[in-house]
Amino acid sequence: MQQGNQSWVFPNRPTIISTGTVGGPFEAKGPLAEDFDLLHGDLWLGQNSYEKAERKMMEEACETAVQKAGLQKKDVQFFLSGDLLNQIISSSFTARTLSVPYLGLFGACSTSMEGLALGGLIVDCRFGDNLICGTVSHNSAAEKQFRYPTEYGSQKPDTAQWTVTGAGAAIVSSKGQGPQITSATIGRIIDMGLSDPFNMGGAMAPAAVDTITAHFRDLELSHEEYDLIATGDLGRVGHNISLDLFKKHSLTIPEEKYTDCGLLIYGENHPMVFAGGSGCGCSATVTYGHILNRMKQGELRKVLIVATGALLSPISYQQKESIPCIAHAVALEYHLEG
Amino acid sequence: MADFFIWNFGFTEKSAANPTVAVMILFSVILTALGVYDHIAQWAGAGTAVPVTGFANSMASAAMEHRSEGYVLGVGGNMFKLAGSVIVFGVFSAFVVALIRTVLTMLGGV
Amino acid sequence: METYFWAFVVGGLLCVIGQLLLDVGRYTPAHTISILVVVGAVLSGLELYQPLIEFAGAGATVPITSFGNALVQGALGEAKRSGLVGIVTGIFEVTSAGISSAIIFAFLASLFFKPKG
Repeated sequence: MQQGNQSWVFPNRPTIISTGTVGGPFEAKGPLAEDFDLLHGDLWLGQNSYEKAERKMMEEACETAVQKAGLQKKDVQFFLSGDLLNQIISSSFTARTLSVPYLGLFGACSTSMEGLALGGLIVDCRFGDNLICGTVSHNSAAEKQFRYPTEYGSQKPDTAQWTVTGAGAAIVSSKGQGPQITSATIGRIIDMGLSDPFNMGGAMAPAAVDTITAHFRDLELSHEEYDLIATGDLGRVGHNISLDLFKKHSLTIPEEKYTDCGLLIYGENHPMVFAGGSGCGCSATVTYGHILNRMKQGELRKVLIVATGALLSPISYQQKESIPCIAHAVALEYHLEG
Repeated sequence: MADFFIWNFGFTEKSAANPTVAVMILFSVILTALGVYDHIAQWAGAGTAVPVTGFANSMASAAMEHRSEGYVLGVGGNMFKLAGSVIVFGVFSAFVVALIRTVLTMLGGV
Repeated sequence: METYFWAFVVGGLLCVIGQLLLDVGRYTPAHTISILVVVGAVLSGLELYQPLIEFAGAGATVPITSFGNALVQGALGEAKRSGLVGIVTGIFEVTSAGISSAIIFAFLASLFFKPKG
């Protein structure tokens, strides 16, 4: 049901009955390592290309999620997925392995919540009972495609972010126990004219602020509704910019309940990751792993996840275009039983 | 930004420029292959990009990166994807400069 | 000992110029290196680069500006011997060692090593 300009409310409460998260060697050393289902010590995952390694992570995340839900592949009706590689090959090739009806999505790093919002919509309308929403990214595959060869010696500025090697998949179901998807806000494209691909957080911050403001306006809520509001991958630079923008919009969000998945995944002040984590896998693994675990432990009851995406391509950047950005918000709620 | 590679140049003879360049390139390619060059570069910036070692690094890194696309289209086709522009602009500007110089000399000779 | 000092200073200065192009000029590495090569070629045409090499030794031959210089020197040398055609035939004369060794070593590296990420 649409409410306001750009939000959906799901009266039937689609439920995330299980999730699967897979991470790479760098994530295994991070503070959230325990929240992953599966961690790999080898960046190649035993494959002969980074692209195949990325695909393998996606397959593993889906398999784990299906297993944990006590389902079989045939019980899943649809697979909604996207990634960062050209023509979203990781998702499509995973769909080939799963042989489940498939919708490919592209929203760059916002794909995780784009998929979850659409998955929630499908289940809420009873157009499906069990479906998988997933995303994946691989640091080296993303570097190769968007920037330079991984061994090329180019210097990165402090505003640069580190693409997460990880995959996250969630099973959204019409019945069962777990965090419920209560509402979603679909973002508009916001382009403030920034064109520096090494400062994606700064470019994406206005989109996150726009979507959060729209969410509160459409649903007539304030930050008090949520125990945690987490943006996808703004990193430290984008996080600070968004805090400033909230002040300008005279919207108060207490800093202790406003965080960013890109800051959580590697912890603060890690020298290798510059401003923080990024990539499709960032918001997916942190949300489906860390944040849902905290909800299940009763620490958090209602959270708003705002996945941010920078919709550029290497060609648009070389042609000196600015970076169009988007953010999609999904609200989750968990009631402890008993 | 002081360049620590410069120290290595110290013990080379001026007359031995060509072998020096070849050795520097070998050194750079080995560091690239071992996955060290990009980490030095994050610290040294243009100190690793401007010397000829940066040229070799751009070729070796691209060649290694694209091997999964095959030897002909991957390695062969991508080896110059970063270094190509240096050769194109180097050769074209050298052509223009040399042309002007030669024509001037010829005119001067007349 | 003096050569070592000037090699350090001149090589370092060329790298500082490169770093300024990267950080202040916001050029990509490829743009920066291309600019330096063109600058080397122009300096060579003005007969300024050879004296710099005599002064600073490897401090001037190892940075990429020297590649532009070597291309011009090769072309000019051959042009002296065989006229205008020499510009085209001689352009890679001096730089052959650098380019061929880079190609050979880079290819060997791709045969035996995988990127570490």
